[in-house]
Amino acid sequence: MASFGNAFSSSIGKKLIMGITGLFLISFLAVHCFINALIFVNDGGLTFNLGAHFMATNWFIRAMEVVLMAGLLAHIIQGLRLVFQNQAARPVKYAVVDGAANSKWYSRSMGLLGTILLIFLIVHLSDFWVVSRFTGIPTVDANDHENLFAVMVARFQTPWVVILYVLAMASLCYHLLHGFASAFQTLGWNHKKYTPLIKAFGVWYSIIISILFAIMPVAIYAGFIK
Amino acid sequence: MSTGNMNLTLKIWRQKSSKTNGKLVDYKLSEISPDMSFLEMFDVLNEELISKGDEPVVFDHDCREGICGACSMYINGRPHGPKEGVTTCQLHMRSFKDGDTIVVEPWRAKAFPVIKDLTVDRTAFDRVIAAGGFISVNTGNAQDANNLPIPKVQADSAFEAAACIGCGACVATCKNASAMLFVSAKISQLAQLPQGQPERYRRVQSMVAQMDAEGFGNCTNTGACEAECPKGISLENIARMNRDFLSSKFVSEESI
Repeated sequence: MASFGNAFSSSIGKKLIMGITGLFLISFLAVHCFINALIFVNDGGLTFNLGAHFMATNWFIRAMEVVLMAGLLAHIIQGLRLVFQNQAARPVKYAVVDGAANSKWYSRSMGLLGTILLIFLIVHLSDFWVVSRFTGIPTVDANDHENLFAVMVARFQTPWVVILYVLAMASLCYHLLHGFASAFQTLGWNHKKYTPLIKAFGVWYSIIISILFAIMPVAIYAGFIK
Repeated sequence: MSTGNMNLTLKIWRQKSSKTNGKLVDYKLSEISPDMSFLEMFDVLNEELISKGDEPVVFDHDCREGICGACSMYINGRPHGPKEGVTTCQLHMRSFKDGDTIVVEPWRAKAFPVIKDLTVDRTAFDRVIAAGGFISVNTGNAQDANNLPIPKVQADSAFEAAACIGCGACVATCKNASAMLFVSAKISQLAQLPQGQPERYRRVQSMVAQMDAEGFGNCTNTGACEAECPKGISLENIARMNRDFLSSKFVSEESI
């Protein structure tokens, strides 16, 4: 009888889960970064709060939020499982490994970079997601929208929070530098014409997204965004 | 054998059998010629060990001209040593300097258990090939050449995949001990030719299933395998395998 069999549990299937959820999270980052970048309008957060209000009330975005959380969980759980399974595939370690001779350090450290991002994510979700979804945003702005911007400004007055966010965005940059092109390779989309474009776009995407995200807390802490 | 002027310290993995633990043992070698191959240097060492009544270092080798895939030494943290596109037997002592310390370890992977010293059991590769790396052909006379038209580009690409000698350097260097470069080469050499089509989708399912059963790790696309492969097998083969596997699971109605 025809069935999907080990389509997802085989070694290629596990990659597929990482690749598909990874690409989905990459598309989410672009939306997240765009909405957040509205703080650079620097109008006391009115535009940003409008964007946040839209994201919080639009039915499609709310539905996608569930998909996002599922995708995030799948990516994290599968990623951690892969780390342990792959370590078990070499029970006796080498005394000397010259990894730099054949691959990028961040390609070999996706588990570590992902773990840093996971720690960041716990802090980040409790900072903003829990507040906006559960405990409630305390104030409203001039347009009577929930003042998420005020929550953001208040949070980024603490130096260690700003440092954590910047470090996490450095991790994100390297995670994406490997992950972006890697996801396409996993899906089998390796092509002499398109792969160089995908790789180049992936590098630019990783750097731009990470820098944009990283300068937000820094700009708020430095008082450029009020 | 010509003598030379190189003095070397070797740290070599010695392990009596798969059931015992091994350790790195130091050996001093002097008057090594830079013209020797790495394996000839090992021959000199073993001659010395035998004359002293010690047990020689066991290592795999056969053709010593870079085409059989038998030699398998992990030298200073890299499979087949520091040079690109060569096997251990084609590595020469001129690639090292007088006074160097050279660490030599066996391929390390759960699927490649050590038999003795630097020799590992690579029959997992044989079982992966036996699972599907074949084609059906009619008996009788061989067909005329060019009976089946195959574009040059495609024939070349299949031939490049077929250059894999199955040495296992890809597994040895992969941080996950994944065998995907090897398996994808064995799949790609057939998948790109008309003769390989009848079993194409069954083949990829069977060979991937056997690869997983052997205990190799999962590929994370670091690209180390491609960089270390003595035959320059490309990552494009892994993408092709992924593509064929996904087609076989989600498009084809045939399943194993």
